[in-house]
This record gives sequence, C-alpha cells and structure tokens, in this order.
Amino acid sequence: MGAELVGVEKQHSVAFDVNSLRRDFPALDQKVSGRPLVYFDNAASAQTPLCVLEAMERFYREDRSNVHRGVHTLSQRATAAYEAVRPKIQRFLGAEREQEIVFTRGTTDAINLVAATYGRKNLGPGDEVLITTMEHHSNIVPWQMVCKERGAKLVVAPINDAGELEMDRFRELCGERTKIVALAHVSNALGTVNPVEEITRIAHDAGAVVLLDGAQAAAHLEVDVSEIGCDFYAFSGHKVFGPTGVGALYGRYALLEAMPPYQGGGDMIRRVTFEETTYADPPMRFEAGTPNIAAVIGLGAALDYLRGIGVAAAAAYEAELLSYGTQRLRDIEGLRLIGTAREKVSVLSFVMEGAHAHDIGTILDDQGIAVRAGHHCTQPLMDRFGVPATARASLAFYNTRQEIDRLVEGLEMVRSLFG
Amino acid sequence: MRADDLTSLYQQTVLEHHRAPHNHGALGDATHRSEGVNRFCGDQIALALRLRDGAIEAARFVGEGCAISRASASLLTDAVRGADEGRARALVAIVSQLVSSGAQPLDEARLEALGELALLRAVRSYPARENCALLAWQILEAALDGKAHA
Repeated sequence: MGAELVGVEKQHSVAFDVNSLRRDFPALDQKVSGRPLVYFDNAASAQTPLCVLEAMERFYREDRSNVHRGVHTLSQRATAAYEAVRPKIQRFLGAEREQEIVFTRGTTDAINLVAATYGRKNLGPGDEVLITTMEHHSNIVPWQMVCKERGAKLVVAPINDAGELEMDRFRELCGERTKIVALAHVSNALGTVNPVEEITRIAHDAGAVVLLDGAQAAAHLEVDVSEIGCDFYAFSGHKVFGPTGVGALYGRYALLEAMPPYQGGGDMIRRVTFEETTYADPPMRFEAGTPNIAAVIGLGAALDYLRGIGVAAAAAYEAELLSYGTQRLRDIEGLRLIGTAREKVSVLSFVMEGAHAHDIGTILDDQGIAVRAGHHCTQPLMDRFGVPATARASLAFYNTRQEIDRLVEGLEMVRSLFG
Repeated sequence: MRADDLTSLYQQTVLEHHRAPHNHGALGDATHRSEGVNRFCGDQIALALRLRDGAIEAARFVGEGCAISRASASLLTDAVRGADEGRARALVAIVSQLVSSGAQPLDEARLEALGELALLRAVRSYPARENCALLAWQILEAALDGKAHA
C-alpha cells in the first residue's frame, strides 16, 4: 500500500503526457465528418486502450474455454485469468476481501442485484429507501420496483441550484424508517461529487445501509470503500476504459452472506437435488451461469492500465481541463451550465438559448465532435432544472485543451444558426 | 458535403417554423387528441385535431422539442388542414418515406406536390434525427386511431 502511494506521487510530479497516452486508444485516431474526432462522450462510454483489446483477444485465441468447470488445461488457464481479476477489483476499490467482489453485467445489474436480494428481504411496509434528485434511472427504477412490491416508500433528497445535495434536508429525511440509502458517488449529468463519507455516517447512524453508484466515479476518483465505509459499491467496466457488458459489485461480506441468491443456475450452487438446493457462498452465490469471461479479463487489463497512469494524476489533469472548459463555455453568450458544484469531475452539461440539445448535438457531430444530447437517463433531474434535455461534454484524461477550443468553435456555429 | 447537408437541415424556413411554429397552442373543441414522447431525448408533443364531416378542420400542437421535431409538428398542422382521414394517413406514410435514410427517395414530382413539407427531406442525411422528424406524425396516427398515447 505504502509503495503504491509513492508510485502515485511520482507520476503526479511528472508532466502528464497526453499525446503519448492518446496513442494507446486506436479509436481516437480517426476523422468524423472530415475532421479529427473529438470524443467528449466519456461519461456514456469511454474508449478502450489497446492493452485491453489484446487481453481479450488473447483469451479468445489461446485460452478460450469455460471457467470453474474443466480439469483440462485451457479451462484452468481461463479460470486463472478470470479469477485474477477479482483481487484487482478488490485493490481498485479498497475492499478488505476478494470474496466481497461480485462480477456483474455492469452498474445497473449490480444495483438490481442488491434491490432484488437485500431490498426484497429487508424492506417491509412503512420502510423507506432514500435516494437523491440527481440519480440515474438505474438507481431509481430498481428501488421503485422493490418498494412497490414490498409496500415501502421511495424518498428523494433534494439538491440546490448548483447541483449539490442539500445536506440539511438529507439529514432530516434520513430517519429510523430509512433502511437503504442509494446514491451516486458522482452524478452522470452534472459531474457533482457527493460527500459520500459524511452521507454514510449519517445513514449508519440512522441504521440504514448505503449503496453507492460508482459508475461515474471509478474513472475519476480514487475509490476506497473501507475509508468511505459504504456497504455496497457498484461500477461498470466500460466507463473505466474496459469493455461493455461487465462490471462489479462490492458488498460487505456479512451482508452478502445473509443475502438470498439473485438468479438461479450453474456456478451459484453448493449441492442440487430435485427437492432442494443449497447455495454457494458469496461471491459465487450471485454469479449464476457462464459469465462474460473475456470482458472480465478485459476489465482486469483496464484496471492495470489505469493504475499505471495513476487515477490521481489523471484526476489532476482532468481538473485543469475542467477549469479551462468551464471558463471558455461561460464566455459563450446564451449558454448556461447545468451543474456547477464546488466538487465536480470533468463534466460540462449545458443548455443554450434558442437551441435544443439535440440540435447542438447534430451541429457538433457535423464538426467531428461527439457529445451526448438528451436527458442522460436522469429525467427527474432535468425536471428539477426545468430543461427537457442538456448537451453534455464529458472529458477523460486523453482529451486536450485544443479539443475544448474545437468545442467552443462548434458552439459558435450553433449560435450563428440559432442565436 | 456534410456542411451543405447541415445548412439544408437547418435552412431558414425550418428555423422559422421552430422559432414561431404555426398552430401552436391549445385547441378547445378538439375531437381527437393524442400525445407522445421521444424516449431517447424526452421531447414531448401533444396534438389536438378537430374533425368535421370527416375532414380535419383544425390541428394544433403544444410541446417542447428540438428544431426538427417542432418544425415537423408545425408543418404537419398546416399540411393536414382540410385533409380527410385517408389523406392524413397517406401523408404519414409519405413523410416516413421522405425522412428515412433507408427508404426509396421520392421523385421530383411527388416532392413538388408536398410543398413546404418537402423541407423535411434533409433529415435523410441524419438517421439519428429521424425519430425527431417522425414524432408528430406518429402522434397524428395515434390520434386518428383514438389512442391517447403514440
């Protein structure tokens, strides 16, 4: 642990060589609409470095077989490569035991897992699940579903105009009826970083467990679930430069152990008869069926890659980009930033007078600039800000100031058409 | 080439329909109503029609949306006035062919017959925007079918 910290410090002190890092990402090197691609849709899905593609290809070329099943060599190699990723995720999240890491299809799957197992078992009439206004639909709908089934109530903690959680209101709403607090570590639509340690303390004092949706945090912040103290933490592979269709759930072991299975099938059992089945211990209890083996291996390679760069070094570089981008966008007449929290990651969500986000998206795409335009799967949040949609530029460590200049140029074009 | 397409997509007439849409607002004595959302971007349109003796006497709409969906709704309300149900349904099919990148392009004579509606053909070059252009038309069809939602 100590050695790792020294490593991070060292990387932090040398200049961040963005041009060299960009060469690791083949998809960045292309033209769109006749101009070099500016990829500003990293919060939706980040690009994949070559080392991840190679790790997945190696599995398919050399080790392709099923895991946890065969005595033959290929299956042993596949199992070893697959299981080697679990301790990598454990270290990445700062979990105490590798048995606390459950492979999932992604963040959405992980939240559904907790709602359908822990939620269904522990929620009853009159109980409450506390979320926030800034949640992604994937951290709203699973709770709505289980609340409806169990007669529990979904309670929403409000945010202020900057897009920050109103902590006084949160404290009031988190009471003895609160059984689960579920919120984003970082908001996908606003970039807001929530004070998750404080929130966890408040929730635990009220006797509730805490699930953090880490989909947007994992690529930008050094996550340490032991330090935060949260009970569950979910993230997705494709937002940390890994493949799609894979992610992980961290769960405190004692909680996982007391949870019923999610899906039934192979791999999650200890012993099956037609009369009765006894279930495997966590994490296997929650991993029915043949998993996305190549994607898990790819995720492991992505976490190695991220570790090599250093999340802290990347975050420091991104903070500079964010500050430059914020200043440039603020200078554009008629542009309003949505999400101006003091603590935020490199997300620039905005609306422009007279121009709908969709039109902004099309005009920018015409200049080779990829942004997300829409409600970002956060319709209640859009309602809170009184906008139907926003345009969102979400930056990664491989983006540059020159690309932000291109964005500004593109937005001037929007103004000339719609202003 | 794309720049030309963009100019054609956002040509002045389209932008005018967006800024000052025709027939925008409530229709008190409507006989048919329906509404719909674009589930990808959350845009909403509500359409109201007044039919008398089998013909659309008035059509009005309300709703938030991008330039393409608003202009399309605005053009729709002009185009269907006076049309009987069969003609209105035929227009839905024609517009769908007009904006879909995969469909057979309309020939010049048919384009000319469409009048201002032909503006929407620029959407063909932007498959991601097809749903924006078609939203109002899907709602029109739902309204004629007596469905509250498209």
